[in-house]
Amino acid sequence: MAIEIVQPSVELSKIALSETHGEDSPYFAGWKAYDENPYHELHNPSGVIQMGLAENQVSFDLLEEYLESNLESSNWGQKVSGFRENALFQDYHGLVSFRKAMASFMEEVRGGKAKFNPERIVLTAGATAANELLTFILANPGDALLVPTPYYPGFDRDLRWRTGVQIVPIHCESSNNFQITPEALEAAYDHARSMNIKVKGVLITNPSNPLGATIQRKVLEEILDFVTRKNIHLVSDEIYSGSAFYADEFVSIAEVLESRNYKDSERCHIVYSLSKDLGLPGFRVGTVYSYNDQVVTTARRMSSFTLISSQTQFLLASMLSDKEFTRKYIKINRERLKKRYEMIINGLKKAGIECLKGNAGLFCWMNLSPYLEEPTIESELAIWKTIMHEVRLNISPGSSCHCSEPGWFRVCFANMSEETLEVALSRIHEFITTRKQ
Amino acid sequence: MTQTGPRRLHNSGMEDESRDQSPSSSTGMRLIVPLQGIVQGRGGLILGSVIPCAMFYFLQFYLKRRRSPPNPPEHHTSSPPSPAPSSSNLTELSRSASRSNLLMSRGSIGRPHVSSRVHCIAKSNDSPYYIGLDKVSADPYDSFSNPNGVIQLGLAENRLTLDLIENWIAEKLNDSILGGGLSVSGIATYQPFDGMPELKVAMAGFMSQVMGRTVTFDPSQIVLTSGATSAIEILCFALADQGNAFLIPAPYYPGFDRDMKWRTGVELIPVHCRSSDNFTLSIPVLDQAFNQARKRGQKVKGILLSNPSNPVGNLMTRETLFSLLDFAREKNIHIISDELFAASTFGDEEFVSMAEIIDSEDTDKDRVHIVYGLSKDLALPGFRVGVIYSYNENVLTVSRKMTRFSPVSAPTQRIVTSMLSDTTFIKDFTERNRERLRAMYDLFVEGLEELGIGCTKSSGGLYCWCDMSGLIRPYNEKGELDLWDKLLNVAKINITPGSSCHCIEPGWFRCCFTTLDEKDIPVVIERIRSVVETCKSPS
Repeated sequence: MAIEIVQPSVELSKIALSETHGEDSPYFAGWKAYDENPYHELHNPSGVIQMGLAENQVSFDLLEEYLESNLESSNWGQKVSGFRENALFQDYHGLVSFRKAMASFMEEVRGGKAKFNPERIVLTAGATAANELLTFILANPGDALLVPTPYYPGFDRDLRWRTGVQIVPIHCESSNNFQITPEALEAAYDHARSMNIKVKGVLITNPSNPLGATIQRKVLEEILDFVTRKNIHLVSDEIYSGSAFYADEFVSIAEVLESRNYKDSERCHIVYSLSKDLGLPGFRVGTVYSYNDQVVTTARRMSSFTLISSQTQFLLASMLSDKEFTRKYIKINRERLKKRYEMIINGLKKAGIECLKGNAGLFCWMNLSPYLEEPTIESELAIWKTIMHEVRLNISPGSSCHCSEPGWFRVCFANMSEETLEVALSRIHEFITTRKQ
Repeated sequence: MTQTGPRRLHNSGMEDESRDQSPSSSTGMRLIVPLQGIVQGRGGLILGSVIPCAMFYFLQFYLKRRRSPPNPPEHHTSSPPSPAPSSSNLTELSRSASRSNLLMSRGSIGRPHVSSRVHCIAKSNDSPYYIGLDKVSADPYDSFSNPNGVIQLGLAENRLTLDLIENWIAEKLNDSILGGGLSVSGIATYQPFDGMPELKVAMAGFMSQVMGRTVTFDPSQIVLTSGATSAIEILCFALADQGNAFLIPAPYYPGFDRDMKWRTGVELIPVHCRSSDNFTLSIPVLDQAFNQARKRGQKVKGILLSNPSNPVGNLMTRETLFSLLDFAREKNIHIISDELFAASTFGDEEFVSMAEIIDSEDTDKDRVHIVYGLSKDLALPGFRVGVIYSYNENVLTVSRKMTRFSPVSAPTQRIVTSMLSDTTFIKDFTERNRERLRAMYDLFVEGLEELGIGCTKSSGGLYCWCDMSGLIRPYNEKGELDLWDKLLNVAKINITPGSSCHCIEPGWFRCCFTTLDEKDIPVVIERIRSVVETCKSPS
């Protein structure tokens, strides 16, 4: 008699089965709640307001206005000849005009305080891809990158999932406004070494996500000295650089390198994107800017997996090189973000909630630790769940950002209208008042 | 040498197969202990410790010298230093690597290390496939402005029907990008990474139209990504661990060596096809390759097929496809069917998609995944639109998550949705495309025949697979590369040698004919003729 053999189902990879994609963390759970019951002014005024997505919608009108009045140049004005090259263009060097435009835009954002060479720009389909690409290039599976906490929850996936690289946190504390200290850097490095893990670099986000604050020049110098001493890399993710409320408060690592005459700059790499500053996340435009020739060459080839559509490059090249437009846009964008920030800070203050003093980004770092039952992550998640289900606001708990102190939350304010923000603030006000009773 | 220390944190749960060459200091320790043992017998404690320690320090000193480098400091000006002209050859890179063996100058800390992948990537651009492409970029032929330039026959790019697309664009562009009234805010915000639902629907419709025959494609099984290159890589990440292997009929597309292996660490095992079989896949040979892999201890995770095949241009028969499915079932492995050239067929045979085969099966669909894209069939490689079509929910879920690293740009999605939804245009386009492919193929093959060069009878793709084995001397890879070199540098024609495609028989070349105008064909034939004559003349 034949024995029935149950065919084992066909296997997937370890990567496919691992949890490192991180989509089971609370950060993403909140999104599900929003998706199921999204707020709408008219149709669903009691829905969940999305304050967990760092998207910049405050300056859309400027973009629309530009694109509409510049249609001719933005879509193949010389239709016939322009299109053909465009459709076939899949060179991983990227459209020269677009690279020049990106370099020019990056300089504008830094107020001309740093120069960028278009030959060092590598294009990727978004900063997510840029960060992963750099990790593949700088580190082997099992190696580590040091990342200051609290950090963007997406890094757990972007830097670790397919690369096999680890993140070792650099612990920062509220006592000094979560700034990175040389002691914390050394401690993180030693911790990694004690576990026999090779540290390949430090990855900072400047301005910081989720803190919403720029890193001070002095701290950048210290970090640069540290990575030089340890002979490791420094990746500076500057995707929020155009979202600093005061242009002179943001210092790019490029400026620090320039002041040092680019000595030892081969270990530095900058990540940038149009998703935050220009509010075009759907276009998927990211870049790796490296001072290291070998990294540039390798990144370029590796970008084959994540090229930016030639059509998009063409579309944006003229807009980004239009200095008059970009200057105006950047200035107005900064002002509007600042205004939003002040609105939310004051609103929260009235409710008795303090925030970290911020000066950049699309979010604020809110302190609810006085309202926790106990200073633990469990209490933080408890209050987060309440806020999600009862107050119906999706905000990001500090624990998903690996913050070492419980009770902090990231609250985004740029992805909604002012009216919606008012609604959100009033809900918070009500929640806190009830809680105090 | 692997790293020591089992106390490493395993967040990702991955096996660590570090190919890092720089030894840790513990290697030194490994030498001391046995040495101590040896010396201790006679010299006692002092010699037993001093000599090994001295050797240890010398070893460290020697190893430090060989560790990678600082480059000699560049001349810095106040503007950011320009990179060295990007080199596609290994030679430049190895020059700097050898400089690294010099002692570091005192005072400079040294260059930070990069991953071992970097060196692997640097090497791959050594292949004739890439060298040829670079030569064309540097000196591209143009019948008017550069008639002595290098003629491109090494890139499977379809220029024969761009005019049709241009016309469509000219008529419909504004509406499609801005949605006739919808502002840019509709596409500027974050979109689902695996593609907008409208595009999935349009793509499913397009695929059903051009490759479906009897089956339709389901939009919910579609994952969109920035190019078929990315689609294949994602599937490798999802289906195989580092070190696992895929069986792949050879000759195959040279790009797979890079696309599938670089970051995933997956291996490719060629399954050689022969001219006696018209380079079609033989199941017994496949079986043999699988068994040999198993004996070597290599875990085979799947088969990667190209159908229509690249570089040969064969279409797989229904029988072969059924046999492959049986084989995969028996071995419990995956099938990735790369059907990128599905609509670029021009022969009498009809294309049969794996989707059609699987449609008649009730169970066991979990192992089949199809890769598609618009780079060949719609001549839009610049737009970066690739498709993963899978019957496996888990693979779809993982692929969706991975597309965050390689999504399709939103304005491009919009324009492509419009184009694909215009079924009248698509029907007309695919028909005219086939006609023009056929015409060009016939002309080109005829021209080659005049020179006594035959091609396999192919029915698909943008190229033909030519037999120049009679012209190479000696009859081996070196002879083949000599001919390739002559054709590239003397005749200034870029074609792809079979060795880059891992063809086991020397003398075969892939010639893409869709980058040409009709009037260029005589030019190409003449240039080849000049080299052929020199090969035939008694030396």
